[in-house]
Amino acid sequence: MAKITSLDDLRKIKKNQEDQINLREKAEHPESLVQVKVGMATSGIAAGAKEIFTFFVDELEKRNIPAVVTQTGDMGYSYAEPTVEVKLPGQEPIVFGWVTKERADEIIEKYIRNGELIEGIIPQNYKTIDDK
Amino acid sequence: MKEIVDHIIDIVNNSISAGAQNIIIDIQESATNNYLKISIIDDGKGIDENTINKITDPFFTTKKDKKVGLGISLLKYQAELAGGSFHIKSELNKGTEIKATFQLSHIDRQPMGDIAGTIILLITSHSNIHFIYKHQTDDGVFTLDTIEIKDIINDISTNNIMRSSLKKYIEENLKKIKMTY
Repeated sequence: MAKITSLDDLRKIKKNQEDQINLREKAEHPESLVQVKVGMATSGIAAGAKEIFTFFVDELEKRNIPAVVTQTGDMGYSYAEPTVEVKLPGQEPIVFGWVTKERADEIIEKYIRNGELIEGIIPQNYKTIDDK
Repeated sequence: MKEIVDHIIDIVNNSISAGAQNIIIDIQESATNNYLKISIIDDGKGIDENTINKITDPFFTTKKDKKVGLGISLLKYQAELAGGSFHIKSELNKGTEIKATFQLSHIDRQPMGDIAGTIILLITSHSNIHFIYKHQTDDGVFTLDTIEIKDIINDISTNNIMRSSLKKYIEENLKKIKMTY
């Protein structure tokens, strides 16, 4: 890849991208994508949430699963960090606790791909910082 | 908290909880003068005087479902461990400014970590918030203002090529000003 040192370079790449796929449509309808939120309060960060975030970003792309991965604040489950909320299109979000890379892999393969529930689900009565 | 970027994510989350719309992440480092200063400035609801005196106490938190508040105390601890200092300034309904200074060459200074990835993580997770990231070294300054890249922010969260291109853009500019890791 060529050097990207200016905002113009970035916009050129965006233009090329838009020519190839319908980016804009995807960005404007995030509800049609898998949404992954990684809890990153103090306890989440200290438990390695940043690595889990990067794992989801990289692996979902590699496995060709259209998704939006973001971070969120405290889900109120410090004992179960890192915690990850996954929302499949048209479904209620589910929170997984104690997420290691191995478990993140399982979440992608079993839950995201096949809708199959796995161990470590946390009951959904928390509030993210977005709701507070 | 292993890296300085961990504290940055943590403090920015506090700003977001405080309802901030504008957040400045200002990093200043100087090899000549041996300092690394991290400032997070927000326009959130601010902290009252009574609370601010207790804020670095690890057993103080404003969150109702918790008994400890480690984020700020951990940053203060790490800054002081690296021969530096910690300051917090806040005004109700105006905002808060947190500043941690480290000795750049101190053996106990935490590594910076992946700052480009962290900035992208923050701006894609909170696309409604205006972020300014400013990084200054002895060799120059790099600024990323999310208002200037408004047209591509949405694409960054859904498209990995755009995400890695923005990362490359930040990293190459930081390389130019010779940032310390």
